[in-house]
Amino acid sequence: MFKTFPKGGIHPPENKLTADKPIVVLPVPPQVTVPVSQHIGAPATPMVEKGAAVKAGQLIAQAKGFVSANIHSPVSGKVSKVDTVVDTTGYKQTAVVIDVEGDEWVETIDRSPSLVRDITMTREQIIERCQQCGLVGLGGATFPTHIKMTVPAGKKCDMVIINGVECEPYLTSDHRLMLEKGAAVLTGAAIIMQALGVETGVVGSEANKPDAISHLTELARDFKGITIQPLKVKYPQGGEKQLIKACTGREVPSGGLPVDVGVVVQNVGTAFAVYEAVQKNKPLMERVVTVTGIEVKNPGNFQVRIGTPLTALIEAAGGMPDDTGKVINGGPMMGKALAMTDVPVTKGSSGIILFPSALSRRAEVLPCIRCGKCTAACAMGLEPWLISVLSEKAMWEKAEQERITDCMECGACAYTCPSKLPLLDYIRLGKSTVIRMARERITK
Amino acid sequence: MNNILNVSPSPHQQSPETTRRLMYGVVIALAPALAASIWYFGEGAIIVTLTSVLACVAVEYLVQKYILKTKPSLTDGSAVVTGLLLAFNVPSNLPVHIIVIGAIVSIGVAKMTFGGLGSNPFNPALVGRVFLLISFPVQMTSWPVPSGFQTGYLDAVTGATPLGIMTEGVKAGETVTALMEKIPTHMQLFYGYMGGSMGEVAALALIIGGVYMIWRKIITWHIPISILLTVAIFTGILWLADPTKFADPGFHLLTGGIMLGAIFMATDYVTSPMTHKGMIIYGIGIGVITVLIRNWGAYPEGVSFAILIMNAFVPLLNMYIKPPRFGKEVKHG
Repeated sequence: MFKTFPKGGIHPPENKLTADKPIVVLPVPPQVTVPVSQHIGAPATPMVEKGAAVKAGQLIAQAKGFVSANIHSPVSGKVSKVDTVVDTTGYKQTAVVIDVEGDEWVETIDRSPSLVRDITMTREQIIERCQQCGLVGLGGATFPTHIKMTVPAGKKCDMVIINGVECEPYLTSDHRLMLEKGAAVLTGAAIIMQALGVETGVVGSEANKPDAISHLTELARDFKGITIQPLKVKYPQGGEKQLIKACTGREVPSGGLPVDVGVVVQNVGTAFAVYEAVQKNKPLMERVVTVTGIEVKNPGNFQVRIGTPLTALIEAAGGMPDDTGKVINGGPMMGKALAMTDVPVTKGSSGIILFPSALSRRAEVLPCIRCGKCTAACAMGLEPWLISVLSEKAMWEKAEQERITDCMECGACAYTCPSKLPLLDYIRLGKSTVIRMARERITK
Repeated sequence: MNNILNVSPSPHQQSPETTRRLMYGVVIALAPALAASIWYFGEGAIIVTLTSVLACVAVEYLVQKYILKTKPSLTDGSAVVTGLLLAFNVPSNLPVHIIVIGAIVSIGVAKMTFGGLGSNPFNPALVGRVFLLISFPVQMTSWPVPSGFQTGYLDAVTGATPLGIMTEGVKAGETVTALMEKIPTHMQLFYGYMGGSMGEVAALALIIGGVYMIWRKIITWHIPISILLTVAIFTGILWLADPTKFADPGFHLLTGGIMLGAIFMATDYVTSPMTHKGMIIYGIGIGVITVLIRNWGAYPEGVSFAILIMNAFVPLLNMYIKPPRFGKEVKHG
């Protein structure tokens, strides 16, 4: 039996169309647009001006404060402008636009393909390197990695979990990374373990990736303390709290962090980026993006420079089908629908999904028939119908008592609802209001 | 590249299961029991079912169109389900006008006055059935005896139900053992060879429908199993205590409306609890009240009343029975 989280969950169609498509390195585009805010926290401050010559890997925007991340030039060339652009979130922000000339990298980056296994750095050096290299969580949340590597005072961490679950339908970038860069991913895991001073590492992956699981299990024999944990295929298996519960049986308290139960979770892509930063001195300037969709001609997994326009990625996958009605940045369950494709790839882009127009609209809404399917589907043990109604009626205090802030917005409730109620829309509204009210209470 | 893109918050996909599909799933699940009813009661079963379904659908349509003045929502299938269940809960020789009155009460009073689909506190078909039972006690308790396919449905040969024989007999001082002689064997009861409401007799067919609904994930096991187990345990204890005064659990599980009630009536989404724990408490409540009415009440059968009484507790169960939350609550501040 595969391990799993105990309560709730759904089984959306997997649609992993690109699971057997090897990672293709996309040519450097003629121009890249690099936003200064690609992470949770304060935007970085641009360090270059129009006309400046930059090399790939050169710092172009400096992290502002502790919760922030450095931004590096993903290409070599000339800064064409520092301007305001619309990014994948749909909001405007500052970005450095670079016209590409050649592909010259900063000399200190080790570009050789050889695997460097031996970890020579100390904890402090590893954390500093991750901070310098602008590493953020690549699972989608883009939380700066160096902060997660620093255990808060008074807490103890005894285990690192590498999240290779990839429970979102369609996406396969983590799957391919585990298959093709398995040894580097495991080395990255070992580095994270060393930075946190722990002996135990677990790579959790859903059982729908048997090739990756057996490959990593084979490789893990050479890595002390690292085991591979196959998990049941069930959404949201890759939710941080669900993954910890499935792998360890520990339950992160409400409002708490994984480190409260002695665990730090990092995504497979992050582990690979940590390997590249620490062993190869390479900043985060590339990532693997799945471009897929039922009608897409040539769906695949592409390794691209940050700042590459999505249009270039979509072209590489055979172009946008005529019937496309929705473009999703991320997975179909938690990703964001884009209003335009003329936006750059950022550190958090794990996939681009093109939905035909038939799938791009929501079904007609009927009254709630109180079937309780949302309650049964909620992996956090909440009652989505209730907190949705409370939010709709602006009963914020009651919503807070019903633990609305525990919601991780996985969308299982809205997926499963036979009446097609916009449950999560209202819950998001309520959750953000309750969080704001709670903050105001503290500051008063 | 000139596509106009739709933008909406996640999730971007929805399950193919819709309210309409769930309702027609229930209709499919009711099909074996309907076939059994036609087999046992003939023309009467067909007339009663058609009348009830058409009347329920018509009442819903008329109320929505002329009283509420909203867009009629016939396509959701809920009125069809109510119509079928109302038919299943009445004798197969019930005159048409009484069925129509039942449909008006079920849909018009028990469902639409509260706001229609999703808003009614009590199971509409059961409200209709109990209204008819109180208003037309003679017609509602003259049970045709199964005798193969028959025509001329109002002239059907009638007889008492096994539960009726049992209640009357025990009151008259006969022992259960003697009464069991007058009642079909358990195996016959299982196949449905007994007098009773049109759709409640064939336990086997109802169980097939229930298994189908659980397999299709239309319902979960919690409500039917907790009702049936409670009835089995409660009547089992009574039977072991005094087998001359109380019938055995097999008899109680196979007679009357317990199978129909546990599988199809109590599991109505709108009027049952929304958490699994709540469902089990609700099921135990129905089981206990049913056995109490059957053994000590004025009526020989009590499933309808038991479900309606527990329907009244559903808002409370939803309010106080919470699902197991993930993660302990920590005190902040």
